[in-house]
Amino acid sequence: MTNFNLNFKKKITSDKIFKLAATLAGTYVLVIVVLMAFQLMSESYPIWEKEGLSFITKTDWNAVEDRESFGVLPYILGTLTTSAIAMMIGVPLSIGIAMFISDAPPKIGVPLGFLVELLAAVPSVIYGLWGLFVFRIYFRDWIETPLHNAFGDNIWLFSGNPYGLDILTASVILAIMIIPTVSAVSREIMKAVPQQQKEAAYMLGATKWEMFKLAIFPYSKTGLIGASILGLGRAVGETMAVTMLIGNSTGLGAIPSSLFGPSQTMSSVIANEFVEASPASVHMPALIGVGLVLLLIAIVINVVAHLLVTRMLKIKEGAINN
Amino acid sequence: MTTLTIKPISMESSILSESPSTVDTKYKMIAENVTVSYGGIDAVKNVTMKFKEKSITALIGPSGCGKTTFLRCLNRMHDMTKNAKVTGKVMIDDVDLYSKEIDPIYHRRKVGMVFQKPNPFPTMSIYDNVTAGLRLNGIRDKKILDEIVEDSLKMAYLWDEVKTNLKKPAIELSGGQQQRLCIARALAIQPEVLLMDEPASALDPIATQKIEETIIELKNDYTIIIVTHNMQQAIRVSDYTGFMYLGDLIEFRETTKLFTDPKNELTSKYVKGHFG
Amino acid sequence: MNSIQQKRQEYRSLFKQNVAKRLLVDKSVRVIVFSCVVIAIIPLGSILFEVFKNGLAAISIEFLTQTPGAVGSGEGGIGPAIQGTLIIIGLASLLGVPIGVMSGIFLSEYGDNAFARFVRFFNDVFMEFPSIILGIFAFLVIVLFLGHFSVWAGAFALSLIMFPIIARTTEESLKMVPVTYREAGTALGLKKWVITFRIVLSAAKSGMITGILLSVSRIGGETAPLIITILGSSQFFSSMDTPMDALPLRIWRLSLLPYDSAQLQGWGAALVLIIIILGINLGVKYYFMNKKSGLFESIIKQRRNITK
Repeated sequence: MTNFNLNFKKKITSDKIFKLAATLAGTYVLVIVVLMAFQLMSESYPIWEKEGLSFITKTDWNAVEDRESFGVLPYILGTLTTSAIAMMIGVPLSIGIAMFISDAPPKIGVPLGFLVELLAAVPSVIYGLWGLFVFRIYFRDWIETPLHNAFGDNIWLFSGNPYGLDILTASVILAIMIIPTVSAVSREIMKAVPQQQKEAAYMLGATKWEMFKLAIFPYSKTGLIGASILGLGRAVGETMAVTMLIGNSTGLGAIPSSLFGPSQTMSSVIANEFVEASPASVHMPALIGVGLVLLLIAIVINVVAHLLVTRMLKIKEGAINN
Repeated sequence: MTTLTIKPISMESSILSESPSTVDTKYKMIAENVTVSYGGIDAVKNVTMKFKEKSITALIGPSGCGKTTFLRCLNRMHDMTKNAKVTGKVMIDDVDLYSKEIDPIYHRRKVGMVFQKPNPFPTMSIYDNVTAGLRLNGIRDKKILDEIVEDSLKMAYLWDEVKTNLKKPAIELSGGQQQRLCIARALAIQPEVLLMDEPASALDPIATQKIEETIIELKNDYTIIIVTHNMQQAIRVSDYTGFMYLGDLIEFRETTKLFTDPKNELTSKYVKGHFG
Repeated sequence: MNSIQQKRQEYRSLFKQNVAKRLLVDKSVRVIVFSCVVIAIIPLGSILFEVFKNGLAAISIEFLTQTPGAVGSGEGGIGPAIQGTLIIIGLASLLGVPIGVMSGIFLSEYGDNAFARFVRFFNDVFMEFPSIILGIFAFLVIVLFLGHFSVWAGAFALSLIMFPIIARTTEESLKMVPVTYREAGTALGLKKWVITFRIVLSAAKSGMITGILLSVSRIGGETAPLIITILGSSQFFSSMDTPMDALPLRIWRLSLLPYDSAQLQGWGAALVLIIIILGINLGVKYYFMNKKSGLFESIIKQRRNITK
C-alpha cells in the first residue's frame, strides 16, 4: 500500500517538473521581449532626454563632440521608400508566381516552388555582394543611365547621375528578397479557396483567368494584402544587402531625393555606425533610439499582417460552416 | 418494341426503352462510351446514356458508384481534376464536347450545373451572383441584366423572397435560398441542359420540397440530369432513371418501370433497399 | 411554350461572340504569370553562377586554412572566418535548440489555453524582429555588461533568431503526431514527460530535425547581429572574450575594400558560405521530401480507393 502511494506521488512530481520546465520555456520569449523593450528604452533614454520627440522629426546627424545633434527622420524615410518600391516591384511578381504555381500540375509546381523558396536561403550579405559587383553594373548601365538620360531633366525621380549605389538598386534587390515570403504565403492563401468556388466559375464557362477574377481574388483579397504586408515587414528589417547598395549617406543627404541618389535606412545606419560610436557620447543612444523606432514600426507592420492573414483563414472556415 | 438488357450496359450497346408513341424522340445529350479513370482506377466504365430533350433523368446508385463522376463528364468538369482521364464522347446537339477542335468554354455555356452544397460567390450580392455568367459573355446593358435576373430568379422560385433587396450579400441567405440562387445563376446563362449533383442533400425537408418543385417546373424548358441518393426523390421528380454500380451502368429505363419492375437483379436489390 | 423558347433564343443572341478574345486574354495572362516565375529565378541562377564562377578561383587549401594577409595583398585566407562560423553556429544551437524545443513542446502539449495563445502570438511577432535589433540587445546585456566584445553575445543573438523558429516547427511537428499515440502511452501508465520524449518526439523526429537544421542554415548567413557582438577579427579563435571572425562578417568587410584581390577573396568566402547553407537546405529537403512522400503517398493511395 505504502509503495503504491509513494510511486503515485513520484509520478505526479516528475510530471509537474516537466510541465514547469515547458511553461518556463514558453515564458522565455515573453521575458526576452520585455527585457528587450526595457533595455532599448533605458539605453536610448539619453537621446530622448536631449532631443525629446523631435528626435523623430529632425534631420540632423552630427556626431561631432559639442555639436551633437541627431534626428532619425531621414532614415525612416529611407526605410519606407526602399520598402515601398520593393513592394511595388515584388508584390505583383509574387502574386503572379503564386498564381502560376497554385494552378500548375505538381510535376511543375513543386520544383518551381522549391526554386523560388531557395531564394530565401541565400544570405543577405551574398545578395549584397552579388548586387555590388554584378547586378549594379548591369542595372546602372542598362536601366539607370538610359532612364536618367531620357527623363533626368524633367522628372525629379530620375535626376542625379547614377552610380549604382542608390535607392533604386537597393530597392530592386530588396524586392527580390521578399519574393519568397510573399509568394509562398500568397500561394497558401490561393490554395485555401474552396474547390467549389472554382467549380462554380468554370461551370459558367469561365477561362482560367476569369476563374481567378471570379472565385479566387475576391475570396482571398484580405489574405493577399496580409501576405504583401508580411513582405513589407521583411523589407523593413533587412540590413546587409541594403547597406551594401544604398550609398550610405547621412543626415540631410540621406533624405530620399531621387531614385538615383544615395540614402540610408534605419537598419543600415545602425550596422554602419554602431561599432564606431563611443558609449560616452549621445551617438550610441541615438543609434539605439533608431533601433527602438525600427522595432516599433516592424512590430506594427507584422501584427497587422498576421491579423489579415489569419482573418482570411477564419472567413474560409465560416463560409464552409454556413 | 422494348429492348432491354439485363447485363450491365457496358457489355452491350444499350437502347433506351422507347414508349410506343409516335413522338419524335430527340436526344439533347448523348454520352457514348464514357470512361473516367483516376490514376489507373476506373471510376466510370464505358457508360453510354442518351438523354431526351426536356426530360428529367435521375442517376441513382450507392456511394462510390460513379454517378457524380459521370455527371461531371457532361460539362467537362474533370478538366479541373488532376489525374483524371476521360475517354469517350459527349454530344450536345450532335457536337462532341470532347472534340479537340473546340475549346470547352464554347459549350459549357450550354450546360449549367448546380452542386451539392450551395456555393454562391460569397463576396458578391444576389444580383451579381446571377449576372456573373452573363458578364463573362459580354452583356453589360443594365436593362437586359435586370430582365434576365428577374427571369432567372422567378424560375428558381426565389424572386418573391429577394426582389426587395437584390444587393444583399449572397451569403446572408439561408441554405435553401442559396441553393435556389445557385440554380438561378446557372439558369441565367440560358443553358439547354441542367446538371444537378444531389442539389437538395444539404438542405432541410422544406427547402428540399421547394427545390423539387422548381426542378419539375424547369422540365418544361430544360433537359435535366440529376444525381440523387434519395430514391423517393428520383421517383417524385424524374422521367427516366439510370442505376449505376461500381462504375457500370446497370439499368436505364423509365422511372416508374425501373422501380416497379426492375429487370436486373442488382437494381431490384438496390431499390428494395437491400444495400446502398 | 414557343414564346419562352423565343425569349431564350433572344437572350442567347445577346451573348457577344467574345470567346476567342477571352481565350486570348487567358493565354496572355498565362504568359505573363510564367514570366514572373522566370524573372524570379534568373537572380537565383545568376547569384549561384557568379558565386561559383568567381569564388572557385579563390579556393585553395591555403585559402581555407590561413589567416588573412595584409589588407589588399591578396594573400592569406579565411581560415578564422570558417572556424568562427562553425563555432558560433554550434554555440548558438546550444543556447537556442533546447529552449526552442521545450517551447514547442509547451505550445503543443500544454497549449490549449489563453496563456499559450498569448505565448504563441508573441513567438510569431518575435520571429519577425529585425536581426540587427537582436544584435543591439545582445550587445547591451552582454558586451556592455562585460566591457568587451564577446563570443557569447554573438551566440546569444543568433540563438534569439533560432529559438522562435524551432518552437514553431517543433510545435507543428508534434501536432502532426496523432492523439492516439499519446493516448496509448497514457493507457500504458506512462508519465507525460516519458510519453512526450519517448513516443511523441520520436514520431515527430523528422519534422523537428528539419526545423532545427533550417534554422541553423538561417543563422549561418546572419551578419548584422555579429557586427556589433563579435566584431570580426583576423585571428583564429582565442577566447570567448575576444572578437571572432565569421564568414558573413569577412565577406562584408572584404566587400568594402577597394582592391580586386579583396573582391576575389570575398567571392571565395561567399562560395564557402553558400555551399554550407545550400548543403544544409538541399540535404534537409531531400531527406524530408523522401520521408514525406512516403507518408503522403500512402494517404493519397488510401483516398483514391474511396472513389465516387
